[in-house]
Amino acid sequence: MPDSQDTLSNPRPTSAGAVSASAAAGANSPAVEFRNIDIAYGKFVAVRDFSLSIRKGSFVTLLGPSGCGKTTILRSIAGLVDISGGQIMIDGRRVDDVPIYKRNIGLVFQSYALFPHKTVFDNVAFGLKYRNVPKPEIARKVGQALDMVRLPGSEKKLPSQLSGGQQQRIALARAIVFEPQVLLLDEPLSALDANMREEMRVEIKKIQKATGITAIFVTHDQEEALSMSDRIVVMNAGSVEQIGTPEEVYDRPATAFVADFLGKANMLSGTVSRSDGPIIVTLASGQTVNVLSPKALAQGSAVTVVVRPQKLSVGGMSANRLPGRVVSASYLGGSAIYEVDIGDKTNIRANVAIGGRVLSEGEAVELGFDPNDCVLLDEAGRRIS
Amino acid sequence: MKAARPNKESKWAWRLTGFVTLCVYIFMFAPIVATVILSFNASMFGGFPMTGFSLQWYAKLMNNDAVLTAFRTSLWIALVTAIATTAIGVVTAFALVRFEFRGKQALSTLVILPALVPETILGVGLLVLIKAIDQPRTMLLLVLGHILLAVPYVVLIAQARMVGIRRVYEEAALSLGASRLSSFREITLPLLVPAVVGGALLAFTISFDNTSASLFWRPAGVETMPTQILSMLKISISPEINALGTVMILVTVGIPLLGGLILQSLTKLKRRGEPKEEAR
Repeated sequence: MPDSQDTLSNPRPTSAGAVSASAAAGANSPAVEFRNIDIAYGKFVAVRDFSLSIRKGSFVTLLGPSGCGKTTILRSIAGLVDISGGQIMIDGRRVDDVPIYKRNIGLVFQSYALFPHKTVFDNVAFGLKYRNVPKPEIARKVGQALDMVRLPGSEKKLPSQLSGGQQQRIALARAIVFEPQVLLLDEPLSALDANMREEMRVEIKKIQKATGITAIFVTHDQEEALSMSDRIVVMNAGSVEQIGTPEEVYDRPATAFVADFLGKANMLSGTVSRSDGPIIVTLASGQTVNVLSPKALAQGSAVTVVVRPQKLSVGGMSANRLPGRVVSASYLGGSAIYEVDIGDKTNIRANVAIGGRVLSEGEAVELGFDPNDCVLLDEAGRRIS
Repeated sequence: MKAARPNKESKWAWRLTGFVTLCVYIFMFAPIVATVILSFNASMFGGFPMTGFSLQWYAKLMNNDAVLTAFRTSLWIALVTAIATTAIGVVTAFALVRFEFRGKQALSTLVILPALVPETILGVGLLVLIKAIDQPRTMLLLVLGHILLAVPYVVLIAQARMVGIRRVYEEAALSLGASRLSSFREITLPLLVPAVVGGALLAFTISFDNTSASLFWRPAGVETMPTQILSMLKISISPEINALGTVMILVTVGIPLLGGLILQSLTKLKRRGEPKEEAR
């Protein structure tokens, strides 16, 4: 599981991630570093003041809805998009003015982009050929790469003879065979069907670990991001919302956007009704809940209590209890998702393990959660820290 | 499932449609068929009735120096036109599809324009221009004129194909270390092959059987095949012309057909084409 990442004590939006920046260049320099980059298409600003430093050998995911600028950032590393401000460094070397074909970068596309008129061998060997690798060496390396993606012996096939999953494996082999400094993956799983996607997810992660290559992965799928990454950069509208390990991002969302985008957390608005001693928040729906805050809060200030559906329990002995009525119940086998009306038109979602029987619609229920299991956001939607 | 039984009215409608179609085809192909048949006629007169089978008109053609010279001239012009036009057309299409630049819209309209302007006007126009700058009519002018006439078609063909070649292929090649030129040569151009071959064949035929513009542009004393036929017709309708016409038909229909067949077998051999987009 991820640890050992650059510690981010204070992942504030935008400026976060630059924490370990400007550390001495050289052997310890980050694999990729963005220093306050801006990217604009004419008047439209796609990325604003983006800074991030990526450790060698780590797997970093840029996560966000479409149009948030994540693909633009990826393409800027490759040199397919020009930046309008800031600097991009690869291994401590500034690459802003280096043309794409001299950047030594492995690129995997959503649409595979295998050359349709070339065999698998010629596809994989393409990068080696342009690096003047001698022929016998090329054959050996291509063989190795195909072994790695578990498609040995497919050298003579044409891309059109392969399935989507196989094509994407070949594309991966093509991108890593020449040992690039960074591997860029632009939604590589989106064109695959669900089963294939999960298999490829594991495979990509395995190959990344085995080769120790630095990988930057772009996706809009939170599950992919959580399961694969050492670190996740959550983006929205051209800027960073939060940078952190999957656990940090999921359990302690920095903003309302992150809480909502990753796992659709319940957001309960309320006001602080007691600020000395244990803090008590009165929700818009009338109930009061105990919460913990790392800093003092003024009485009467508006806050949002964020609770994950998985942190809610039915009945039980939790400190906070929200009585309500089941609006809908979906049975998922091991667990069930209930939508519960707790008054004032507030519906909350609970994803609970099934202990006894499954609750049915209209039934009265009491949902509980622990003060430790919720996060407080201030009026602006930022986590109070 | 039983097809709905056609009522009397629709049955007649179908028969009428079939009849009209047949008439159209006869109208279109009868002259061609007649020319080919009559070229084997033994008669002295270039018309029906047939008096016997003979290859004498072909033999006579083989000994007609003027015709042979014209044939060679046309062949050369068509060949040069095809090569030059294809090169210009492919590069233009590449620029029009892949790059954004000022005056792009204007250029794409200008390139197509020669196909829209009546050939006679184009012929006179170029001639007037040449006279205005006091230059003689040369073979070069004739070839340039033919290129002008054929470029729009080649650009249109190459453009249509170019749009279908996704940019990611080029991006992938660049990311793997190929320069822009190498990626064009190794990726884009091979994928453009069908358009290149198709464009070249079309340019060849356009040039080979062009009549009206060639009449304006050819230097004194030079005859292309079509102008040669025209001048022969002025004298008499000799059956020799039927033989010549048959040769023309063979070249203008045969060459694109042959090219198409070659292309088809090439595609089959290498299974050129887009990869399947669907997963699975």
